[in-house]
Amino acid sequence: MAIEKIHMPQLGESVTEGTISTWLVNEGDYVNKYDPIAEVTTDKVNAEVPSSFSGTIKELLAGEGETIAVGDLMCHIEVADRQSNVETVDHSEVLSTNTPSSNQEQSLKMRYSPAVLRLAQEHNLDLQLITGSGRGGRITRKDVEKVIREDTLVKEKQEHRATEKNTEKVLEHDATQEPVDDKPIPPMNPGITTANGDKEIPVTGIRKTIAQNMVRSTTEIPHAWMMIEVDVTNLVKYRNAEKDSFKENEGYNLSFYAFFLNAVAKALKKYPQLNSSWKGDKIVQRKEINLSIAVARDEELFVPVIKNVDEKSIKGISKEIDTLAKKARNGNLTPQDMQGGTFTVNNTGSFGSVQSMGVINYPQAAILQVESIVKRPVIIQDMFAARDMVNLCLSLDHRVLDGVICGHFMSHIKEILENISPETTPIY
Amino acid sequence: MPVISYIQAVTQALQEEMERDEKVFVLGEDVGVRGGVFRATEGLYEKFGESRVIDTPLAESAIAGVGIGAAMYGMRPVAEMQFADFIMPAVNQIISEAAKTRYRSNNDWTCPVTIRAPYGGGVHGALYHSQSVEAVFANQPGLKIVMPSTPYDVKGLLKAAIRDEDPVLFFEHKRAYRLIKGNVPEADYTIPIGEADVKREGADITVITYGLCVDFALQAAEKLATDGIDAHILDLRTIYPLDQQAIIEAASKTGKVLLLTEDNKEGSIIGEVAAIISENCLFDLDAPIKRLAGPDVPSMPYAPTMEKEFMMNPEKVEHAMRELAEF
Repeated sequence: MAIEKIHMPQLGESVTEGTISTWLVNEGDYVNKYDPIAEVTTDKVNAEVPSSFSGTIKELLAGEGETIAVGDLMCHIEVADRQSNVETVDHSEVLSTNTPSSNQEQSLKMRYSPAVLRLAQEHNLDLQLITGSGRGGRITRKDVEKVIREDTLVKEKQEHRATEKNTEKVLEHDATQEPVDDKPIPPMNPGITTANGDKEIPVTGIRKTIAQNMVRSTTEIPHAWMMIEVDVTNLVKYRNAEKDSFKENEGYNLSFYAFFLNAVAKALKKYPQLNSSWKGDKIVQRKEINLSIAVARDEELFVPVIKNVDEKSIKGISKEIDTLAKKARNGNLTPQDMQGGTFTVNNTGSFGSVQSMGVINYPQAAILQVESIVKRPVIIQDMFAARDMVNLCLSLDHRVLDGVICGHFMSHIKEILENISPETTPIY
Repeated sequence: MPVISYIQAVTQALQEEMERDEKVFVLGEDVGVRGGVFRATEGLYEKFGESRVIDTPLAESAIAGVGIGAAMYGMRPVAEMQFADFIMPAVNQIISEAAKTRYRSNNDWTCPVTIRAPYGGGVHGALYHSQSVEAVFANQPGLKIVMPSTPYDVKGLLKAAIRDEDPVLFFEHKRAYRLIKGNVPEADYTIPIGEADVKREGADITVITYGLCVDFALQAAEKLATDGIDAHILDLRTIYPLDQQAIIEAASKTGKVLLLTEDNKEGSIIGEVAAIISENCLFDLDAPIKRLAGPDVPSMPYAPTMEKEFMMNPEKVEHAMRELAEF
């Protein structure tokens, strides 16, 4: 003896449930296969439900007037021998017993999805250190997001503690991070090992900012380079003749740097293409000529800005260089001093360099390196002459600029510098 | 708000639109005296008479053609294909005429016809009563294809389709007719065609689908929720043209996307959804875009075991969702 089930049959297309209007059998009744056991009404039809088996009705599971879904149990029936009913085999088990992958397996640990890689780069995370919860130990996007969330919490707590303890003075140049904050910084490099005696210097503050800026500039901007040689004999003579009286009258130095800044400003006025920024879908050409100048202090580098250089005399420029240099040395530069630069002139010659390839001061389009002025034999009209020579090295954003325009720009600077005299370039 | 079935929502929308605008009329096989083979037009013949509820011969090309002509003349016809499977003789009318009328006449003529058709399987309908035909029409600019999943959406979208100035194909899942019930306001409302709808907010995996599969996905999501898997479910509602913004947002939200359709897998509309995601969401993706669809065989078989194998169901959906969540 075996117990079989009779289910609500499908009584027509689109019918999903039926109401038992009348049971035609009672519990204990014997029915033959195909005998009607109940009357059922649906939205579409009234029909009799036939028995799927011959046997004794054991239990009616739905009452009259009750609506049950197609496939649901109507009643149990006891049958004489084992009549197999293929349809009662439950296939759903096959689906639900899919084996979850074992937690130990790590074969997918190093397979990173685009989302995971992007998040890791944006937040400077070492994926080696993250435990993956995905199949085969794969690190999922949610794993990374969790690390970022926890990391932010920790940082916030630390910052909170730091400000509580250390209310006296926060390093000023932290404020200078403003234009580059939360930008990708060079990822930690676990491949570098330290040997005995090596010193580990934590990367903080201004060093971190410099690193971020440099990585951003060199990864985003396709750099190209160009160098010209300029004969500045006239400039050297002019400046040397004036420098002592200038110092006496004004109280600060008349530097070569001021003359170069003046020449660059004039050339930028003529070729504003170099005074611009790449903005993805457009190039922003700046109206103001604000020159960033590089000023070093110990192991740090600042790039304060002299505004509207094209409107200033040599004296005015010299004065600003002096003020900014002093501020930098004393650590008094404010964020305002650092903002708004449109082009950078770097005085690499001050530490003896004769040639260099500058990294563009992001997001500007070019940087000019003024190298050492050195006396060199030069052939003029087939005769050797001792001349004061200087190399000017330009790094350019090749998305914004091409060789031709930069060539014109450099030639124009050369022309200005080689023709400097009290008439063309008065100090006051 | 009263709870009504999917097919009652169809009837309600038709009746309200016919009351609202006397230009709205219904035509199709057995839609009149019999009230439709599924009872979608029940009561309309009695209420509006034989001039507005027209029983037609068994000629789908003529049903579509009459609808298109009347629409161009200023009427608002709702043509019914008794089964979506029978739409094939009308394809020339729909694609070559209805879809192109506005474009061809440089806006002088429009064709505001609505063509309703029950589609889909799981009802022992076999070859000629189970097909999903949307992919045939889903690359014909000029057409709109609406495939709602709930009674609320049915009513709002069918009204919007009737009021739309251009031809709309309105596919109703015949198994959903009496299976799916829901709250539907008695008040007049429409739902904009072309907007997808988030049917469930979740953070772990995204399921994008339409029609009856939305219900399967929701059922599966409830089961998975007890295991801590939180599914986000987007109902496309309009499958042509697609709501690209909603697709991109839903896919980006979790980075793990499962696309569902009852249609044959290759060439189905979810392939286009996958293309939109891969074009726009690469850096948010955390897993390959997965598709769960019907097999590439000519039609839904009749034998119950075979039909079960072909047809989508909550267990298959749950299995695929779990696989993706565990990836």
